[in-house]
Amino acid sequence: MTGDVIKTDAVIIGAGPVGLFAVFELGLLDIKTHLIDILDKPGGQCAELYPEKPIYDIPALPFVTGQGLTDGLMEQIKPFDPVFHLQQRVDELKPDSEGRFHLTTDIGTQFETKVVIIAAGGGSFTPKRPPLGGIEGFEGTSVFYSVRQIEEFKDKSILIAGGGDSALDWALNLHPVAKRITLVHRREEFRAAPDSVNKMRALADAGELDFVIGQVMELHGQNSQLEAASIRGKDGEMTRLECDTLLPFFGLTMKLGPVADWGLNLDENLIPVDTEKFETSTSGIFAIGDINTYPGKLKLILSGFHEAALMARAAHRIVHPDSKLVFQYTTSSSSLQKKLGVK
Amino acid sequence: MPKITYIEHDGTKHEVEAEAGMTVMEAAVKNSVPGIEAECGGACACATCHVYVDEAWRKATGQPEEMEEDMLDFAFDVRESSRLSCQIKVSDELDGLIVNVPEKQF
Repeated sequence: MTGDVIKTDAVIIGAGPVGLFAVFELGLLDIKTHLIDILDKPGGQCAELYPEKPIYDIPALPFVTGQGLTDGLMEQIKPFDPVFHLQQRVDELKPDSEGRFHLTTDIGTQFETKVVIIAAGGGSFTPKRPPLGGIEGFEGTSVFYSVRQIEEFKDKSILIAGGGDSALDWALNLHPVAKRITLVHRREEFRAAPDSVNKMRALADAGELDFVIGQVMELHGQNSQLEAASIRGKDGEMTRLECDTLLPFFGLTMKLGPVADWGLNLDENLIPVDTEKFETSTSGIFAIGDINTYPGKLKLILSGFHEAALMARAAHRIVHPDSKLVFQYTTSSSSLQKKLGVK
Repeated sequence: MPKITYIEHDGTKHEVEAEAGMTVMEAAVKNSVPGIEAECGGACACATCHVYVDEAWRKATGQPEEMEEDMLDFAFDVRESSRLSCQIKVSDELDGLIVNVPEKQF
């Protein structure tokens, strides 16, 4: 359905600090941007992994937290009105014969764009797979890392592993449809919201749900159908627990993901680029920040910012081929200041 | 300089010299000790620098703080002696420290 396709100048894959700053540099050159990110908020690793941790090597900011840096960038790019598409992963990226690119996300959002900027850092955040022998064989039939449709879990004997909000929320939400829910967590304390923990404990006290302190150590079953899990309790004893479904919630890790399928040259999970335009092996697709590689590359936020500035000039030639690019300073250019809304 | 011994799951020993002030994770990464991944670079945000502190050294290395304890939820095969090595600071008192590297990081 072509009517649903979002047409834009530039799509930025990844809303971490470098992706956000790319909005600024592209915006100064009249390039409109849409950003796509798998997380539920902008900021990438800065916001997800270390929001409260200090960063000491951003020029002119002797001290800033990951969240502080994100907030500052969001403020800085406001004049350019970028559109965010969060909790989505770009699954497909295809060029057409007219030099445009067509992107589709995992939930079906479609874009047609003149340039693509891959600023995906270490890749997309994906759920961690517990290192249990044979777990791959159960994935998709008995082991799930997310719940899309509650109905699929009707009458199942579900083992939920973890102590954060995902584990607790799904224990509570699946409880009405499941045959039995067992929550297994390694200790009494939870990271999840206290309210959910209280609700879970109330259900456990009423005998409607089982809460087990321990860790899943082994999976048993055949033909991708899980039959039981071995759980090691606090005392070190192993117990066999019958179950047909396992939902492990052990946080997120970064994986390159579908980027590998877009026909770009790769060098050990990184995208080689030139250092004039930061363009990939496909003209019109750029890669900036931690995901790219070139001689002398440093994985620093400040390097990503520099890459964004140079990339934007190369992107301008593609997006606005007929307009002449004049180098200007934000300090003195009235036209740049107008774009920034300060004049 | 304090010495730290890392023992891999298969028994392979790595003795390294660390500087006081660095973390047990940093000393491992700097000396390419296998099995300490430290995906997040020491932000106590990933649990891939999980180690088991040798019984004799558990008192000297102390107990994990709440944030580390929370993050240990993301590690595999957590035991009483489990610590995240990015949260153990090397000092002269820890000269001779022995830690065991788990079979698998998550």
